Amino acid sequence: MSWLLLLGVASLTSSGIYLLLSRDLLRSVIGLTLLGTAINLVLFTSGRIGPVQPPIVPDGLAALADAANPLPQALVLTAIVIGFALACLALVLAVALREDEGTDRVDALRGTEPGEGEDGKPLPMPMPEDGEAPR
Amino acid sequence: MSAGFAAMDALVAAPLLLPLAVGLLCGLLPQRWVRPASVVGALASLAASVALLAVVVQDGTRSTGFGGWDIPFAIVLVADPLGAAMAVIAALMGAACIAFQCSGVDAAEETPTLHPLLHLLLAGVAGAFLTGDLFNLYVWFELMLVAAVGLFIHQRSRLLQEAGFKYFIVNAFGTLVFLAAIAWVYARTGHLNFAALEVALGALPAHEQLALAAALAIGFLLKAGAFPLFGWLPASYHVLPTPILALFAGLLTKVGVYAILRVWGDVMPGLPLSANEALGWVAVATMVVGVLGAAFHWDMRRILAFHIVSQIGYILLAIALGAGEGHAAATFYTLHHIIVKANLFLIAALMVRAGGDWDLRNAGGLWKSHPWLGLLFLVPALSLVGIPPLSGFWAKLLVVREAFASGHAAWAAAALLVGFLTLYSMMKIWMEGFWKPRPAAAATPAAEPTLPPLALATCTALAALTVAIGLAPDGLFRLAQAAAAAMGGTP
Repeated sequence: MSWLLLLGVASLTSSGIYLLLSRDLLRSVIGLTLLGTAINLVLFTSGRIGPVQPPIVPDGLAALADAANPLPQALVLTAIVIGFALACLALVLAVALREDEGTDRVDALRGTEPGEGEDGKPLPMPMPEDGEAPR
Repeated sequence: MSAGFAAMDALVAAPLLLPLAVGLLCGLLPQRWVRPASVVGALASLAASVALLAVVVQDGTRSTGFGGWDIPFAIVLVADPLGAAMAVIAALMGAACIAFQCSGVDAAEETPTLHPLLHLLLAGVAGAFLTGDLFNLYVWFELMLVAAVGLFIHQRSRLLQEAGFKYFIVNAFGTLVFLAAIAWVYARTGHLNFAALEVALGALPAHEQLALAAALAIGFLLKAGAFPLFGWLPASYHVLPTPILALFAGLLTKVGVYAILRVWGDVMPGLPLSANEALGWVAVATMVVGVLGAAFHWDMRRILAFHIVSQIGYILLAIALGAGEGHAAATFYTLHHIIVKANLFLIAALMVRAGGDWDLRNAGGLWKSHPWLGLLFLVPALSLVGIPPLSGFWAKLLVVREAFASGHAAWAAAALLVGFLTLYSMMKIWMEGFWKPRPAAAATPAAEPTLPPLALATCTALAALTVAIGLAPDGLFRLAQAAAAAMGGTP
């Protein structure tokens, strides 16, 4: 069981980071989600990987022999909900960016960077486009 | 449980419950009631956090656990002098930025989600300052992240979306790293409560403490914008509308710094000294790189954004100087710096409104038309540099004195050198924006533009606070020392 989890965490982490580093909007969002899943699994295993034994301490005993700690499971639940919300937000943002930019290449996102002028100094920021609130 | 006890519990939770409630309320009210509710709500949370700070200073640390569980099993809120003071300054910044937003200078578009998101962000910040639990710190970080990204994209603009995406990806990665570190800490100790962790982590061998501290610090340093993880900050902040920009600049990076101070200083006081040495050099690199970036740029927002990074270096340096005086200096520096940094962005927006330009090459001649604005700008600018008698002088004095006293002359020298470069960069803004004649190529302003009194009053009030701290620093200094003394590991 622990080997299976280890393999799962390793493959999710590596594929998550690989996708996160790619120069594609949607891929990087998916990579972030995969990485989040891997870390949720790590959090899950931090409470021991136990069998189906309920985590109830019998009278007179101080510790549990072979039940899992339920607290990390509650933590994972919280982290999953937050991660899901963040993934939704990121997907909406990525789709909106792709619509506005007409491309899903991350390299094309240079609007907030100043260009370089002939004297080597940064160019002034572009003025906001029409239809935006006056700045 | 007596009534007095319950009132105390409510007071500890008020600085984060009030913004949450006001945020929800702002989302439900009809549009014309949103602004008044937002302003009143911000002032109410300021009053609540000031009351909490007064109680904490008077009677010592207050904590409250939820759900009737005993500590350390309950989820706790802890208001010690550091957390309560940070909550006060966060509420103050919230009130100032909402006032500035209402004045309409370079304001964000008043979409229905603007004020709810602003208060949600403030709730997240206050929660991070008051929580006594590592996992809840993560939850508040995530709340701040969602609210911040929401503030980036609540108005449809290509640049803001792009900046929001960059901000989101890097910061979400930072919180994930933090979550992984929490899993590791829990697996090794079985605790998440700060007080319980202090005991449990102290029992671990030194090398393991170092590894855990480093794992936790990576996420925090990314949030704080420390070298070499600061790239997201100057890539995204400068496109924000000014009130939101000032709020982010004042508060968000400082939450990362606060988390390091809390975890390294309070939760892991027995950390080997090599950790502090490493943090000190990170701090020096942050200071130097930030100020050099600022010197290169001509856009005021970019210059000031790089100065956020540079000043974060000073605070990290103070944390690296260790328990007692170092932590007191870090607290003092953070509290003074939040006011100054936000005020600089607000005054820069006033300069643009008065007929200047964000790009300094197209600005000039403001001294002739708005001399008092020039003087107003000098207060936070010189305080950032550290010129007496302003608040920044005392903050830098504490850091540099402690650096010399602990035998870190190289760090002190770097801090002083960066001070000179900061002076250069602030004077660049002043000379180019105010002193030099208006360039002929720049469009002449149509008429003498009037500055909204509310915006001027906000900036003047923040500048007055800076001067007041500078003239009478002992009140804040005693608070900072009390904050440091309440943390673990004080000699």
